[in-house]
Amino acid sequence: MIPPPPPDPATPRTLRPHGPLVIDIRNVTKLYHMGDETVHALRGVTLQVHRNEYLAIMGPSGSGKSTLMNMLGCLDTPTSGHYEFNGKDVSSMEDDELAAIRNREIGFVFQTFNLLPRSTSLHNVELPLIYAGVPPNERRERARQALDHVGLGDRMLHKPNELSGGQRQRVAVARALVNHPSIILADEPTGNLDSKTGEEIMYLFDTLYEQGNTIIVVTHEEDIARHARRAVRLRDGLIESDRVTVEPAAV
Amino acid sequence: MNALARLFYELTESFRIAWAQIRANKTRSMLTALGVIIGIVAVTLMYAAISGIDRGFQNSLSMLGNDVFYVDKWPWFGAEDWWNYINRPAIEVRDAERLNRIVEDTPKSLLDVAVPRAGRGCSVKFGDGRVDGIFAFGTTAEYARISNVDFVEGRLFNEIEDNGARAVCVLGFDVAEALFPHRSPLGETVTVDGHPCIVIGVYAKQGEFLGLFSFDNQLVMPIGAFSKMFGTRRGVELQVKVKDQTQMGAAKDELIGAMRRVRGQLPGERDNFTVNEQQAFKAQLDPVKFSIFAAGLIVTSMSLIVGAIGIMNITFVSVKERTKEIGSRKAIGARRRTILLQFLIEAVSICIIGGIIGIGVAYAVFLGVRYQMPSFPAEFSVVLVLIGMTASVLTGVLSGFIPAWGASRLDPVVALRYE
Repeated sequence: MIPPPPPDPATPRTLRPHGPLVIDIRNVTKLYHMGDETVHALRGVTLQVHRNEYLAIMGPSGSGKSTLMNMLGCLDTPTSGHYEFNGKDVSSMEDDELAAIRNREIGFVFQTFNLLPRSTSLHNVELPLIYAGVPPNERRERARQALDHVGLGDRMLHKPNELSGGQRQRVAVARALVNHPSIILADEPTGNLDSKTGEEIMYLFDTLYEQGNTIIVVTHEEDIARHARRAVRLRDGLIESDRVTVEPAAV
Repeated sequence: MNALARLFYELTESFRIAWAQIRANKTRSMLTALGVIIGIVAVTLMYAAISGIDRGFQNSLSMLGNDVFYVDKWPWFGAEDWWNYINRPAIEVRDAERLNRIVEDTPKSLLDVAVPRAGRGCSVKFGDGRVDGIFAFGTTAEYARISNVDFVEGRLFNEIEDNGARAVCVLGFDVAEALFPHRSPLGETVTVDGHPCIVIGVYAKQGEFLGLFSFDNQLVMPIGAFSKMFGTRRGVELQVKVKDQTQMGAAKDELIGAMRRVRGQLPGERDNFTVNEQQAFKAQLDPVKFSIFAAGLIVTSMSLIVGAIGIMNITFVSVKERTKEIGSRKAIGARRRTILLQFLIEAVSICIIGGIIGIGVAYAVFLGVRYQMPSFPAEFSVVLVLIGMTASVLTGVLSGFIPAWGASRLDPVVALRYE
């Protein structure tokens, strides 16, 4: 368990000033061809995210939020429109360039954890560093720190099947953090957890946000979205609303 | 530098995963490796047999001598129009003497010496002992200049014994072994098809010629003695040694010219003799040898191909099973190359394990065969181990490539959604 962060009276949470622009999406569309049918998953989305924002992307299924998440995570490229990540145009990048961006700039947290089943927590967390070319000793040290950070310092040599769901998701969060990414992108991070464990994970995200991280959570649960400071709602491939939530949910 | 380091970390990670994967699916991996094992055993054993046979060929051919011509009435190969040869006058002992005189009179001759050789099968007896199927031949004392075979004991007959046509002989190793198992035959009198002959020497072991006959089952005596015992009316063969084996072509021309003079042939007349050489054997044997080798390797490669198909299949299964893992890896920054290497190395690792076991099994079989049949021509060498390992790594790369390539091209979005 992570101890709650000390309250900081000097900077009220809601008034935290925004840092530089990280994500700049302008008028992005995405078309899918399913057989004869053409699906407009995104019909022209414009979205800016600054450093140290805490954003929830919401919407019913079919609203295009998964497509938007894939786009934000550089897993997919738009059919039209423009996407700049940290000032770099990623809308026309090749597969391997996108892989490099994902490796350095984006920390993914998935609903199903997506850990390597036969590897220890430590090795799972080391994986992004392996792909980044970090030497073994430094790699191990940083992975250890990341696991300590999420409160799993004593579970480093456990494999996923020896951990509870909450612990697995913590390993995934540590893996997302270990390369110091520009954003942490969580896709229904509590979807496979009971509500108490889910709250604990959200509490972890709150803490990471307090420590200066930029967090984007994709969810359809209002309870989860209430942790964020800004809520973007999608419907039918368009942004329906984008507003700052005044007061975060009390834990 | 960083790119290189990253490649190295990716490689070690790939080997780690491959090993974990093989351990997690032991039965499946072993069954797949079995295909490779069988293939490698077949290919290495075939190669061992082939190199052994080839070595045997070469040994046999070198027994004929690289620097010796054989002047005969008949060519060794390809005498289909026999009527051209049948009426040739026989080659006689005195042809050798004349030839040697011409060679001595020729300044800067490329030829060294010519000796006559006449031979026939016979039985050799000593006391109660008797060996059949011995090849007895007569030659001159100058045979010492052509033959470089060592003696276990004794010597070849000298010029005096030669000129005097003395009944003395040198025994091949096996003949001496058979007739004088535990003692020296020197000075003993053996009978060669009923003719007494004193043993003056024993040759060292030489081996067989193409498995057809053994050089150790022969007996050598002065040509005069041979002539008295058996006659040389059917003619002899001349063995002509060349001074420099790099000039065989020019030496052959000189020999043909000299032989025409010896035989008193007129210009324009066709040669009434044939100059044979080891090369003819080689030319005759090489295509046969090549077909045997090619057929053997093709047949054994089949089993390796079957093993390769097994590897390809299991790699496809592995990619399918781990589609979601591929998606996760791509999401956290694995490039196409990383995924390609990962599955390729998995395929190669199974093949390497199969290759090592296969070579081990092949070596055990080889030792067994050599123990049971010491004369079977097979050879096991470091080169063979290298060939076996290269073959198995290649099998892994070739069969793993298509599925691994497919895995590397997977769309991360699709792969992540795969259940």
